[in-house]
Amino acid sequence: MLSTRTSRAKAAEVLADMTEEILRVEGLKTRFFTDEGQVNAVDGVDIAIERGDTYGIVGESGSGKSVTARSIIDLIESPGEITDGRILYRNQEFADGIRDDNPDAVDGAWVDLRGVSSSVRRSLRGSNFSMIFQDPQSSFNPTITVGEQIAEAVEVQRRASANPRSTRARSKEYTLTSLALGTILPSKRYVTPASRERAIELLELVGIPDPVERADEYPHEYSGGMLQRAMIAQALAGEPDVLVADEPTTALDVTIQAQILDLLDDLQEELGMTILLITHNLGVVARMCDRVGVMYAGEIVERGTLEDVFDDHVHPYTRGLLGSVPDLEGASDRLQPIPGNVPSLLDHEMNRRCHFADRCPKAMEACLEHPSEHSARGSDHHAARCVLTRTEYDEARALADGYFDEADRPAGDKHVGPDERDETLDEDRQHPPAETTGGEHQ
Amino acid sequence: MSADDPLVRVDGLQKYFWENDSLLDRLFGDDPVPVRAVDGVSFDIREGETLGLVGESGCGKSTTGETLLGLQDPTDGRVEFEGENVYDLSGDDLTDFRRSAQVVFQDPFSSLDPRMTIGDIVTQPLSIHDWPWTDGDVETTVDVRTDGISRDIVTATAADDIDTVVDPVDGVATAHVTVRAIDDESAADVDADGRSVDLASGVVAEVEEDLAVAVDRDDGIVVRVSVDRSTAQLRRDRVTDLVERVGLSADQLDRYPHEFSGGQRQRIGIARALALEPEFVVLDEPTSALDVSVQAQVLNLLDDLQAEFDLTYLLISHDLSVIRHVCDRVAVMYLGEIVEVGPVDDLFEDPKHPYTNALLESVPRASTDERDRDRETLSGDVPSPRDPPSGCRFRTRCPKVIPPEDLEIEQETYRDLMSLRERVERRDVSLESVGDDGQFDLEDGVSDEKRPAFVAALKDRLLERDLPARHDEIVETALAELATEDWDAAAARLREHYESVCERKQPHLGNGHHPVACHLYGEASERTETPRSDP
Repeated sequence: MLSTRTSRAKAAEVLADMTEEILRVEGLKTRFFTDEGQVNAVDGVDIAIERGDTYGIVGESGSGKSVTARSIIDLIESPGEITDGRILYRNQEFADGIRDDNPDAVDGAWVDLRGVSSSVRRSLRGSNFSMIFQDPQSSFNPTITVGEQIAEAVEVQRRASANPRSTRARSKEYTLTSLALGTILPSKRYVTPASRERAIELLELVGIPDPVERADEYPHEYSGGMLQRAMIAQALAGEPDVLVADEPTTALDVTIQAQILDLLDDLQEELGMTILLITHNLGVVARMCDRVGVMYAGEIVERGTLEDVFDDHVHPYTRGLLGSVPDLEGASDRLQPIPGNVPSLLDHEMNRRCHFADRCPKAMEACLEHPSEHSARGSDHHAARCVLTRTEYDEARALADGYFDEADRPAGDKHVGPDERDETLDEDRQHPPAETTGGEHQ
Repeated sequence: MSADDPLVRVDGLQKYFWENDSLLDRLFGDDPVPVRAVDGVSFDIREGETLGLVGESGCGKSTTGETLLGLQDPTDGRVEFEGENVYDLSGDDLTDFRRSAQVVFQDPFSSLDPRMTIGDIVTQPLSIHDWPWTDGDVETTVDVRTDGISRDIVTATAADDIDTVVDPVDGVATAHVTVRAIDDESAADVDADGRSVDLASGVVAEVEEDLAVAVDRDDGIVVRVSVDRSTAQLRRDRVTDLVERVGLSADQLDRYPHEFSGGQRQRIGIARALALEPEFVVLDEPTSALDVSVQAQVLNLLDDLQAEFDLTYLLISHDLSVIRHVCDRVAVMYLGEIVEVGPVDDLFEDPKHPYTNALLESVPRASTDERDRDRETLSGDVPSPRDPPSGCRFRTRCPKVIPPEDLEIEQETYRDLMSLRERVERRDVSLESVGDDGQFDLEDGVSDEKRPAFVAALKDRLLERDLPARHDEIVETALAELATEDWDAAAARLREHYESVCERKQPHLGNGHHPVACHLYGEASERTETPRSDP
């Protein structure tokens, strides 16, 4: 570990006894098997989240950040599949409950969620893990009132907690007959008055005025910010340990975004939740997160405390990402964009090299090997997947300009002459690189 | 139009969309309801500058952009482009305006026809406007320079249509030709297509512009300059030029939009907008669909193009950091109105309107200080443009709403009372659910002995803060009216005491360097630089 440590990191060490990791992801790989080929959406991601912290995953679209989040709460559907890695969740009670059935997956208080059956994983959703999505308008059923939808979530949790050892899917007891009966006999309705009460409490908790009346309104009667609040209320129904928030404010205006971020902050303080925040907005990360992981092409390329990543970054991609954001306060210098585009994640188009090398201003010969993760100069938690953690940039060993033009997509920003540009794209399209195992190794 | 006049002058522009306006609604006698998307907007855009139009979604900024270009019919108001009212134009003048004013749309995925190649997409405006244009009134001449030959023996003529390639200056299109004597003809460098250089018995003629030149040596030297390319060729060359200028390559012209990434598509959209050499481009959220690293590329490109082609931009965006980075001046919109206009640095460093201030406060900064920053965020949502608040439209959320002069009250308390009033006036309080189940009987009015309890319960629900005694009394009397469901009386009582200047009078955006539509800054006529201190 290197010497420069922030005071915050020191404070964190003092508190080390009091904090504990609640979720640990190791070597997670999620693949999508599409007609065009295998997509390595998540390619060996390690995350460790401490209880009560907010962990941010930041990256551009297509970097695999949402897929990572969905993998963690087991929402990957065909043609996607988690092909490797461990997702460890610490919960003593839960571990004790399933130890007899799954001795291999349980280690002390830790449970490897990939080692247990899908019904067990499903039982965790809502009660232990919960998710809020980007677009509240499309996440609610437009034909059912908001109150009822939240009450349903409450009801599911309520029925489950009546039988805590049951890890069976919890809504199975509710059949089509029950639905039909429910329309005639109030006593047979799925949602009980107690659940409804709780739904109203939840709406109040997330700051919706007049929750009693608003509970009877339909999603279209809510504004975007209100609906996002309602979705948070729904996610809180099972009092989850970990809340996964996938771009929770991207669809909202800045003044509403500020409200929602304040709300998440308050709720975290009140309920002691752990939040995994997925976003592309570096401002939101700075506002919310204790720890940050920067994703690029399915990998976390740099991670550490907020200070490590924002002030003491090692990876040129992190630098590029921060340099691309126009500064709200400063004078308007020319922006420093990262040239080129996010690479394709198709397995046969990926190389064994550092995936960022073709856009990297500091690419060296060593970058042609796929780098492994090394600790970096910041706090104990700071690590980066870059050769610059080990060596200084050496111009003598830098790759020549245009080194990747033969095999890679051209940079988009520069005003490159047509001759230079012509072959590159064609080559890329017509003769994809021969290696097909690119990105598989660490 | 004099040099000081703005390129675009928008004056009182209004655009209403009508609801309940179908035939059936008319038959049933329902009155149409206007949605006041843009409600009296005025601003100038000077030549060569970038004006930013910023606001939250639904504030009417995109509608302003579209209406200003004539893509929507305005409800009222004028837009002058180079001194002429755009809405009065017809025929050729209108075509000219459409040529000079272009737009780049927000979503690069839906603004390009998926069945056209990008070459076709960029060529389309050229064919619609019948580019290249030649004007019979334009004279064509050749400016000849000689090297080693007497100027007198050279006669030069230009074809009438070279103004398709050469921009005429003051009605004259001039081609520049150099005629040199050479000893060794084989040593002369003739370019690949052999177009712009021609040889004839010891003389070489070279044209600077993208034209063809022919030279003959007879008695004297005769030079002829012409356009020897077909319209289709000219267009293809122009499109290649444009596409390369925005950072794509010419061999991509035959590809379809789906083969490109978002950033590349946005570049195509920009190339299309620039095809007709516009003077003015409306950029409607040009980077909001893009990732931040690609956004930076596109912003830099727009900056370069502006410098190269002397463009004037209207940049519509909700992203304040983009606005700050790109614009010279900024107009802030709220609910169909402009609340503040000013030079970008003044507006960002010294925002006057409370809304501008709140917007700036709300943006999370990408820096590690962000967590400790004091934020003053707004509560509540944007009101509906169907029924905008009277007076200042921001008053329902404004943290600095102005209390009546004689009222001794804390600003925050006053804000709470105003929100309470708002709800009473909208009858947006559920009286049935006050107190425990069935505690108060509203059907016949709450009985007298229960009234204090009802008022206390209601007040407890509506107000979080304790009020000073004087205001407590007023509020309690007003809420007591609600016990008999007399909304009007309650509203009237509250209005009597708490009516603000912000709801009585609409603030006007004045003229000048950095006008702001807010009563805190006095009337437009007696506008002062310092805000009135809070009582």
